[in-house]
Amino acid sequence: MNTDASLPLEEIRARLAGARGREYWRCLDEIAATPAFEEFLHREYPAGASEWRDELSRRHFFQIMAASFALAGLGACTKQPLENIVPYVKQPPELTPGKPLYYATALTLGGFANGVIATSREGRPIKIEGNPDHPSSLGATSVFMQAAVLDLYDPDRAQSVLRAGQPSDWTTFVSAMNAAMQDQQTRRGAGVRILTGSVTSPTLRAQLAELLGKYPAAKWLQWEPLTRDNVREGARLAFGEVVETHYAFEDAAVVLALDSDFLSTHPAALRYARKFADRRRVKQPDGASMNRLYAIEPTPTLTGAMADHRLPVSSMEVENITRALAQRLGIPAGVGVTSHDDWLSPVARDLEAHAGAGVVIPGESQPPAVHALAHLINGKLGNFGRTITFTDSIEPAPANQLASLRELVADMQSGAVDLLIMLEGNPVFDAPADLNFADALAKVKTCVRLGFDDNETSRFCHWHIAAAHALESWSDARAFDGTVSLIQPLIEPLFDGKTTHEVIDALIRQPGRASYDIVREYWWGQGWPGFEKWWRAALDRGVVANSAAPPRAVTLAASAPPASPPPPSKTEIIFRADPTIWDGRFVNNAWLQELAKPITKLTWDNAALISPALAQREKLQNGDVVELKFRGRSLRAPVWIVPGQAERSVTLHVGYGRARTGRVGAGAGVNAFSLRTSDALCSGGGLEIVRTGETRELVSTQMHHSMEGRDIIRSGTLPAFMRDPNFTGKEKEPRPSREDTLYHPDEFKYDGYKWGLSIDLNVCIGCNACTIACQAENNIPVVGKHQVSAGRDMQWIRVDRYFRGGLDNPEMNHQPVPCMHCENAPCELVCPVGATVHDHEGLNVQVYNRCIGTRYCSNNCPYKVRRFNFLEFNAGLTAVQKMAKNPDVTVRSRGVMEKCTYCTQRINAARIPAEIAGRKIRDGEIVTACQAACPVEAIVFGDLNDPASRVAKLKEQPLDYWMLGELNTRPRTSYLAKLRNPNPELTV
Amino acid sequence: MAFVVAIVGAGWVTDAVFWSPYTTYVHVPQAQPVPFSHQHHVDGLGIDCRYCHTSVESSPYAGLPPTETCMTCHSQLWTQAPLLEPIHRSLATNTPVKWTRVNDLPDFVYFDHSIHVNKGIGCATCHGPVDQMPLTWRANTLYMKWCLDCHRAPENQIRPREEVFNMKWSQPAGQAALGRQLVAKYHVETDRLTNCSVCHH
Repeated sequence: MNTDASLPLEEIRARLAGARGREYWRCLDEIAATPAFEEFLHREYPAGASEWRDELSRRHFFQIMAASFALAGLGACTKQPLENIVPYVKQPPELTPGKPLYYATALTLGGFANGVIATSREGRPIKIEGNPDHPSSLGATSVFMQAAVLDLYDPDRAQSVLRAGQPSDWTTFVSAMNAAMQDQQTRRGAGVRILTGSVTSPTLRAQLAELLGKYPAAKWLQWEPLTRDNVREGARLAFGEVVETHYAFEDAAVVLALDSDFLSTHPAALRYARKFADRRRVKQPDGASMNRLYAIEPTPTLTGAMADHRLPVSSMEVENITRALAQRLGIPAGVGVTSHDDWLSPVARDLEAHAGAGVVIPGESQPPAVHALAHLINGKLGNFGRTITFTDSIEPAPANQLASLRELVADMQSGAVDLLIMLEGNPVFDAPADLNFADALAKVKTCVRLGFDDNETSRFCHWHIAAAHALESWSDARAFDGTVSLIQPLIEPLFDGKTTHEVIDALIRQPGRASYDIVREYWWGQGWPGFEKWWRAALDRGVVANSAAPPRAVTLAASAPPASPPPPSKTEIIFRADPTIWDGRFVNNAWLQELAKPITKLTWDNAALISPALAQREKLQNGDVVELKFRGRSLRAPVWIVPGQAERSVTLHVGYGRARTGRVGAGAGVNAFSLRTSDALCSGGGLEIVRTGETRELVSTQMHHSMEGRDIIRSGTLPAFMRDPNFTGKEKEPRPSREDTLYHPDEFKYDGYKWGLSIDLNVCIGCNACTIACQAENNIPVVGKHQVSAGRDMQWIRVDRYFRGGLDNPEMNHQPVPCMHCENAPCELVCPVGATVHDHEGLNVQVYNRCIGTRYCSNNCPYKVRRFNFLEFNAGLTAVQKMAKNPDVTVRSRGVMEKCTYCTQRINAARIPAEIAGRKIRDGEIVTACQAACPVEAIVFGDLNDPASRVAKLKEQPLDYWMLGELNTRPRTSYLAKLRNPNPELTV
Repeated sequence: MAFVVAIVGAGWVTDAVFWSPYTTYVHVPQAQPVPFSHQHHVDGLGIDCRYCHTSVESSPYAGLPPTETCMTCHSQLWTQAPLLEPIHRSLATNTPVKWTRVNDLPDFVYFDHSIHVNKGIGCATCHGPVDQMPLTWRANTLYMKWCLDCHRAPENQIRPREEVFNMKWSQPAGQAALGRQLVAKYHVETDRLTNCSVCHH
């Protein structure tokens, strides 16, 4: 939300410094009490929400709407239209219309797989859940996995084979490839290059090995824009070879994250988050097992938000600090001068005190030296074999991806490349800017791309083959720990898409095989006894048993790596994965574009994230456009002030500013890759910031649905909790009695099922997977940037982010807020038409067909959890887009209020079979969408009348509290207060 | 006065139209690709409802028979009949038959067949004497008011589970007593049946 008045940053800093007690704030405007914020606060929907703000004039609006009004009126007077009912010709025996089918498959990101269970209704996939049997997902999903379904039905995806931009077909392509490969025969394939992302698929690797065997002079290169080269080189430095490091957070009492966002961007993040949370959760008053997290990072991340102690330092400073830590622990690591000694010493002591039960984890953006140092530190502390294990690298022939990309560009420039096959990827957009990939690509004789979308790279390609989505493909992949999952399709490729396997096969043999045969034949060749049974079991469970990489021994280097050269100047730019777009591949996914990024709460845009100190010095406000000058290149970007950002670091999330993408992603954000050079893949010093005087509207949801500083988040420290478990005041405060209401307190006896939800703030990492899961499950529409700026975002569960403390390094807390399903619901009594009513099990029920849109209910809700369809957000959906909808949930029209329903469709889906079988619904049978997605199991739903249920036990805990309980709404959704585990020796 | 008469008159007309077969489709046979006769198949041949409507006991949808089901008999019988041509063509061209839906509810209503059938609501209760229909028509309005009449007092409509598919069953004289007994036996919680969340989600 762009503010009109400038923020008085110094004043804000002073105010916050003098603050005492539990003062939580969500945005700087709140502290400054700017007029813009006040407006957001006092109007349920801010100014202009009810008015038509576009250039379209009111008169024109009425003109074009007049016809619709008339038709709408008439439409309501006609009878229900006759519809067709269309059965199958031959019904598949396993399919019962009306009942979902579930298939285990996997989704990959950066090559690494996470096992999922995809829900299929009448032959089309509509929802993704994690596969509980998969060691990497453990039943959870990330925002990217949840949003994968929308990508499948993206109307902007590539839909055909294109030859020089003109429609062609697969057969023609295969003949052309045939001819091209024949030409290469004599030269043993010297002119052939294959460029892929990181590949863990055993089948694809075998195919590529076969291809390279047939054409020994050909080359296969891998390039991920968010490359893990640093991790690999760091391992090489420390152990002499590339090994993969695995962390057992469940065994770690102390964790130090060195610019590592292991809770959200690591390939094993879902697993690590779960294991970390298991150790975080405070179950008994003794609290002895609660872990402690330290984080040093240049920009706030989810891991930093979770930390008990966080130190914002520039990315370049992290190596110094790591060396200083190594020195402290007795490892000769060269000069490690740091001004943060008073922070580092207690941390070092804590790590030593928990030797063998600690983890020092370096981030992927840190240079190899930091990784090597971290390995040395862990080795010294005796963590190897306890909290840290090693395996062979999962990636095949792990190469330095940057080096191989350089080589490719050089080859292309010199004209040595006759045939370049790209399997997905977008190097024209995301390769380092100084390599001039586009320039080199133009020199390739024949360029082929298999791609899901028609992007910047496709423009240079002679052939573009539409790719099949993962949910349409036969394939396989390995998780971070090496576990193999077979990828099986849930639907035939909607647009005749091809898989990577089919493309590579077409290069090797004629005729090429189908993916199913390729994958099956590969696994048949592995010689597992009883192949058919093995195949079925692997497909059924979604994992290949015992396929995880076995642990292995490593030889630690004797000495520390040499120091990296000092940076040119102190202001640095850091390039990071975007929390919702990743590296740009999801830029056309509307759910992910609209998802408010966890820390900044920005939507539909990226920005140059700067510290308040930098903003003060450069006199910058939110939305001011600056020119970022970096190593001879420049980029104009709007700035966003982020409390907690390291003073001299500017973060730019990559992936935005795409030149060629679909309708959703067009025009969103600025292109960070245009600044990124090969010597500064993750960060670089010497950034210059120049004001331009222009501004750009950035839309952030952090002011929306504000609850005016009431007692919303309750938090404390572990020692305080151990002294007095009831510190949340549950017992002491004068809680209103049940009878203290204008309602009839005994209207509902709740003697049957009594549904309730518990959210554990202790472990919530703020990943927002719950938000996208809910959007997918409940057909929640996307409204677009303009509507979000008016406060009309539609997501039923939001994750609020609260700061607490000073301006420069505040504490960050996340709080998911769904509907509270109050027993004394303020929304129910004000509805004039009885569209929001209560049911016998405690649910606050929203009946869409009765709602006439007065919005009084939303006005009365103190939690601001209700969402109104101001416009017809589901108008003009194509047939393919409609396939994404969940048929069990009403698609709401304009003028209708909606809100979280505790997934009432899932409750009914569990109740009916239970009633038919004559039994009660068992605890765990109903899993709400948000609960299912959550990596840390923060959300638990169940029957409060069942004392053995998980949710009943959670609500018994002393940490349990009602948000705004003093209003006597008696909400069924309650929270477990957040505890931090501070080191008594540290003040920060 | 004339104004009041006009309003009342308009109301009377609307009401008449709203409850007329024009709007409710009650007793109005719908045009179908094949004039399928339930009377012949059910009453004449004795085929059970579930032979075609296979998922009525396990799914929200009762299910409509795929072409394959028709062909279980009609691959042998009446193979040359012009009336059955659409079925044969459907199988030959692998294109499904597009029937006109007779019993339909608005999209914001979620009706589940399996729970009704398992709790002792007979097919004929809602769909009428289907075995006497030479062409298929809607027997009841299926308006919410009509659903609520039973949901408020299921003892008036409930029948023993074993009689659910029996087209010839009719309510005994002591339906009130039998109904109450069955409601208790089948654990029908009448006070919960009028929760909006049961049908609207």
